[in-house]
Formats: sequence, structure tokens, C-alpha cells
Amino acid sequence: METLANLALGFSVALSPYTLMLAVIGCFIGTIIGALPGLGPSNGVAILIPISFALGLDATSALVLMTSVYYGAMYGGRISSILLNIPGDEPALMTTLDGYPMAKRGEAGNALVLSGVASFVGALFATIGLILLAPVLARVAFLFGPAEYFALYLLAFCTLGGIASSNQAKSAIAACIGLGIAMIGVDSSSGLPRLTGGNLHLYDGVDFLVAIVGLFAIAELFFFIESHGKGSSIGVILEKVTIPWRYIKQTSWTMLRASVVGFIAGVLPGAGASLGSFLAYMSEKSIAGEKGGFGTGVPKGVAAPEAGNNAAAGGALVPMLTLGVPGSGTTAVLLALLMTLNITPGPTLFRDNPDVVWGLIASLLIANVVLLIMNVPMVKIFVKILTVPAWILLPGVTLISFTGIYSLTGSYFDLLMLIGFGVLGYFLRKLDVPTVPVILGILLGGNMEDALRRAMTLSDGNVAYLFSSPIAVGLWLAAIVGFVAPMFLRNILKRPQAVTD
Amino acid sequence: MKHRFMKAVVTGAVVAFSATGAMTTAASAAECIAPANPGGGWDFTCRQIGKILFDIGAVDKPVQVTNMPGAGGGLAYNTVVNERGDDADLIIAASSATTTRLAQNAYAGRTADEVRFVGAIGADPGVIAVAADSEFQSLNDLVDAILADPGSVAFAGGSAVGGFDHLKPLMVLKEAGFTDIGSVKYIGVDGGADAITQTVGGFTQAMTGDMSEVVSFLANGDIRVIAVLTDERVPGFEDIPTATEQGFPVVAVNWRGLYVPKGISDARFEEWAGKLQQVADSPEWAQAMADNGLAPFTRVGGDFQSYVDGLVDSIATMSAELGVTQ
Repeated sequence: METLANLALGFSVALSPYTLMLAVIGCFIGTIIGALPGLGPSNGVAILIPISFALGLDATSALVLMTSVYYGAMYGGRISSILLNIPGDEPALMTTLDGYPMAKRGEAGNALVLSGVASFVGALFATIGLILLAPVLARVAFLFGPAEYFALYLLAFCTLGGIASSNQAKSAIAACIGLGIAMIGVDSSSGLPRLTGGNLHLYDGVDFLVAIVGLFAIAELFFFIESHGKGSSIGVILEKVTIPWRYIKQTSWTMLRASVVGFIAGVLPGAGASLGSFLAYMSEKSIAGEKGGFGTGVPKGVAAPEAGNNAAAGGALVPMLTLGVPGSGTTAVLLALLMTLNITPGPTLFRDNPDVVWGLIASLLIANVVLLIMNVPMVKIFVKILTVPAWILLPGVTLISFTGIYSLTGSYFDLLMLIGFGVLGYFLRKLDVPTVPVILGILLGGNMEDALRRAMTLSDGNVAYLFSSPIAVGLWLAAIVGFVAPMFLRNILKRPQAVTD
Repeated sequence: MKHRFMKAVVTGAVVAFSATGAMTTAASAAECIAPANPGGGWDFTCRQIGKILFDIGAVDKPVQVTNMPGAGGGLAYNTVVNERGDDADLIIAASSATTTRLAQNAYAGRTADEVRFVGAIGADPGVIAVAADSEFQSLNDLVDAILADPGSVAFAGGSAVGGFDHLKPLMVLKEAGFTDIGSVKYIGVDGGADAITQTVGGFTQAMTGDMSEVVSFLANGDIRVIAVLTDERVPGFEDIPTATEQGFPVVAVNWRGLYVPKGISDARFEEWAGKLQQVADSPEWAQAMADNGLAPFTRVGGDFQSYVDGLVDSIATMSAELGVTQ
């Protein structure tokens, strides 16, 4: 009952014609920011913070606007993943794996609607989880130390081999390239720069947005140039957009399971939305088994990562609000926003500022509903992008990519790096090495290293420390099973195309 | 179709350009560079000081804020030294982190004497905290435990190894006559809140950070602050003892201030110092400090420059002992 009363308080704060208008505007801007390669939810929100200052918005209005942009970007990221095979932001990475093949088959509309529904389910689940469990879940963060985090990242890397079904060795090489790139920058445990060549631009490491846009969008452009504008993989068959009830029904359990996995990953500070969508995808893949056809354009492969990353986005708000510890890059920016509004998230926030917390939760629910309503009709507009000839579309995407990346730090060095990643992506694709593990290596590698280094500092280099808690041991077991099981299963199940490689 | 797509492109371009557009500055108006993304401490310094400068009439045009993140402030520092060394209308946000990194040569060879530090007008007091159920009741308990067995206490803090949060407990230990500072365990995590989480979770035994980072955990009863690193007890937190009164005269505050390019005239430097003093004296700044957990700490002009020089020297010495200087 108390929860309902609180929620009523929240809606009384957040539900006015003015804030509703802000929510609609925020959702729309967010969707576009998410869909544009190079502009992700975190820099989208970061760009808008000064604007919300300039508009002189009060705390509630600013929060409504920012959360709408945040959720909107999480929705929007999938659009370019599905239509162009270019992830709009990092959590949408996994959606390319099945979303784009679906679009190529002519089911772009179905994939977009299905992923929109999956996003809604994931976000709704996470918001409800946030409402009911936030104070309890906040205690979970106290159970995760360096050893536990290391085991969690290890789990992610151990299941990575199965990501590209053709050749596990190539995925492993790709992941190693990513891990290598993640090593660039100032070493957090000694403060010394590594592999920077004395270049100040590399001190903060390689921004994964630069890597994503380079490896996907710019590499695509190189392929397009090579083929003289023919034979580009962009351009798909169109069909009438209807609501694919059959797919939604078929994937309803997948969405729920993926939401749970994503939410848990989001709640852990330091895991974040990308890990959420990755673990959601990989767990659904292993449930479906080889017959599930993940990676070939199956609806479950679209629903799982989208439900997962939106649930993780909501889950990441739990540690942010209750502890002040951001669970992802975007929540770090939202945290900064709250602090500029003179609200310091932390254990006393729910008690001292119930209007802010419940206003935020209400605005999340509003944003989620607005996005679902907005996205289904908008799909018709989005799929029409595909009828634009590639010779207009690709330079346009490139232009936006460069502008987006330049806006990150305002330095041309990032643009050079972008081109470098484009070249790398081109050669990797020529060699049939998947690029998704490279990104995951960059995204998760730095965190994994930090966790290991911290664990070693605390234990004086004693490796046994890594297995010192039941949680860590459980994650290690899961990681080992995740790594070994596919090797045995492969002999039992039918061999995929491994031999032809 | 094409028409719609072009619309999308234009919208995208507008969104993207509005980001870069915000960075361009009108000629003659003062510009403040925040060497980080919007939302952080440096961004706060620029926006608040810039706003108050204009509101109290110390400058006649609104101060433009430029965000220039990169290399922990090193990118902005390098740009100021190399490209804008005589720009009289430029101020740059700085804090203890700026001087710490300069002392440790973390700005790729740039040194502290290549700019002029014009003043600090507020500070976040340094604190050392333990979990509420910790056996350590005072700073003396903690120091005694480290003296007996350096490996028995691990600190967590929001800055990297060798950063300001790391140096705070080491300064205390040096006062206690402890010299083997390299043997003290420290892990750098993502911010003070994360450091508290690790400490309350029992993975580390103590947290080192700033007052503003611990306030809400303190109110919730999760932690106990065993020392604040200021001259006197902090208003509003009178029950927290200073390190000095526990026998360790250490003052370590995370000051918020500004530096200016080296090539400007002495008159202009004094002018900026005067403007900053005006901000420090304004009720608007008093309010901004109260809202953000900052304590008054005003040092401007030559006085501040010599404070910074001393700070850089002592941090450089300690960092060399720690082995974190590049």
C-alpha cells in the first residue's frame, strides 16, 4: 500500500501536461540519439545537461526529460543495429547478430516491432523491480568485491566462444584484440600510462564508441567503396509492417528470462547494460541450443538482447539511486545531473527526497509507455530509410558518425582513430573474424583487469582470494561450464560449418 | 522517401552540431575550460563561478563554458600551454587532482610552472572513514593496526593509485613516523560511493575520500568517519574529530579553483584574483558551497600560487617514494 501511495506521489509530481510534453520530446530525441551511430545514451544525456540548465528546468522537469532521453536512446539503439548492421550504441551490439539477418530476409518491420515490444517488457520489468526491491537490492552491491567482479567478467568471456558459430578460434582472437586495445591508457593500479606512445589523447584509453562506429560503420563504407557501390550488404527487401503477434507470443518467455538476467546484471554496479544484453543473449542461445539457430535471424535472438539491455538500464538505476554508485556510463551521467540539481543520491535519498525518487520512477513508467506507443507507428518511417539507395545512405551515415564522434571530446584525434578502426574492421571482415568480440573485449576488458588487479592488491597476490566467497566460486563454476560445455555438446549435436573454415 | 531521410540527417546533424556549437566561443567574452565532461567537479567549478562572475557584475558578458575532457585534465592543460599561453580572457577549472597529476608528471612532461594558479575559493575536506561495525574507533586505532601489520588494513578510494585519495592516509602515516608507505594497501575504484560500498562490504577496511562523498552514508549509519583532514572541525559535522587533534597534523582538502595561462600580464592576473575574491565573498557562492558540501577555503593571487608550489613539492616527494611518478 505504501508503495502505491508513493507511486501516486510520484505521478502527482511527474504527470502534468508540461512534463508529458517533455517526456514526448525526450523520447523522440532519445530515440534519434540512440539510432545515430556515434551518439549513445551517455553522450546524448551529457549533451543535454547544459541545455536543461539553459532552459532553466526545475529538478522534476529536468529528470523527466533526461530519463526519457535515456530510455529513448536504449530503444533507439536497436534501429540502426537491425536496419544497417551498425549498432547505434554499445548495448545494442548484440541486436545486430539476429536483427540484421532478419531485416535482410525482409522482416525488418517485424524485427523492429518485436524488439520494441521486448524493450518495453524489459524496461517495465526493471522499473517494477526498482519499485519493489530497490532498498533490498542495494545490499547486493555490498556482496560484490573485486574477486566476485572478476569471476563475473570471466563468465562473460568464457561464453564468448559460442558467439560466432562458424569458428571459435577466430572469436577468441577477436576477443584478444579487444582485450589488447582495452590495455591502452593510464593503468589504474599504478597511474602509469601504457601503450600510449606519450600521446595525451590516449591517456583515457580508447572510447568504445569510436571502436564501434569504426568497426561497423566505417568498415561498411570501405566495403561499399571496394564494390563500387554494388554488392553492399545494406539495402533490404521491404514488406508491409504489421504487428507480429506470432513472434511476440513465441518469444514471451525469452523476454521474461532475458529481463531477469539483464536486470540482475544492471543492479551490479560495474556490470552495466552491455553485459546485461550479452548475458541475456548468450543464456537464451544456450537454452535454445544449436537447433535454435541463433545468429541466423531468429526472433528470440532479437527479443533477448533488447529485453536484456533495457532491463539492465533500469537495473543500473538501483545502485545509482540507493548508493550513488553508477552501474553504467549513462547512469554516471544521470548521477552527475542529479548532483548538479543539488540532489546527492545515496542511502538516504529514498527517505529524504521521496518526491525526487518517485517522480523519477513515475517518469520512467511514463517514458516507457510513450516509447511503446511512439515506436510502433514510427517503425513505418524507420524502415523507409532502407529504400534510400546505399550511395546516399552510407555517406550520410558516415557524416553523422564523424560528427557524433567529434562531439565526444572535440578532438580530431578521435576521427583518425575512427578511420583506423574502420581499416581494422575491413581487414577483420575480409579474414572472416567476427567484430562483436573485439568490442566486448574493449568494453569489458578494462573492468575485468581492474577487478583482478584490485583482488591481487588486497590479497598480496594470493590467487586463492579469487575463490574466497560462495558467489565467486559459483560464478567460476558457471564460467567453466560455459567454456567447456560447447566443446562436448558440439560432438553430440550436429557439427556446424566449422570444418569449412 | 529521400525527403524523409534528409530530414533525419538534418536532425542528426543539428543534434550533433549543437554539441560542438556549445563549444565555440564568442570573441572577447571570458571563457572557462572545464577539463572534463559536463557534470563533474570541474564542470561545476566553471559553471558556478562563471555564473556568479556574471551575476555580480564582475564580467560584462556571460562566461562561456567549454568542456575539454581527456587525460584527467592533461589535454586541456596541454592546449592552454601550447596554444593559448597568452589568452587573457581564459580561466581553467582546477582542483587538487590537477596539482597531484602535475607533481607526478602525469601530464606528459608538462610542469606546474607553465601556468599561473590564480585562486581557490572552496574545498571539500578530506576524510577517512570505516564501516559502522568496524573495530577501529579512532584514527589512532587504525594507525596502530597499520604500524603493527601494514598488510592488515586496505584502503579504498575514488582516485587511482597515487591519486589524492591515496595520498591522504599516507600523509597521516608519515606523521606517525611510518616510512614504508609502499606497503600500505590501496585500491582505486570508481568514485567515493564505490569506495564506501567496498568498505561496508568488508572487502577493504577503510575508505579515504572527500566529505561530500560520505555525507549520505553517514546519515544512514553505514559508516563512521574517524578523521577529517582540516585545521578545525567542519561546521555541521562538529562530532567528527580532525586528524590534527588526534595527533596527526595533516590538512588535505580537495580545493576547487582556477588557473590561467602563464603569458598574461601581472595586472591581468591580479584582476582575475580580485574577481575570484568577489565571487568568494558573494552570498551566491556561499549557497553553492552549502548545496555541494564544500567548506570555505579562500586563497587567491600570489598567496595561492605559493600554496600550490608547496603542495606540488610535497606530493612529488611522496609520489617518488611510492613509485608512481612517471
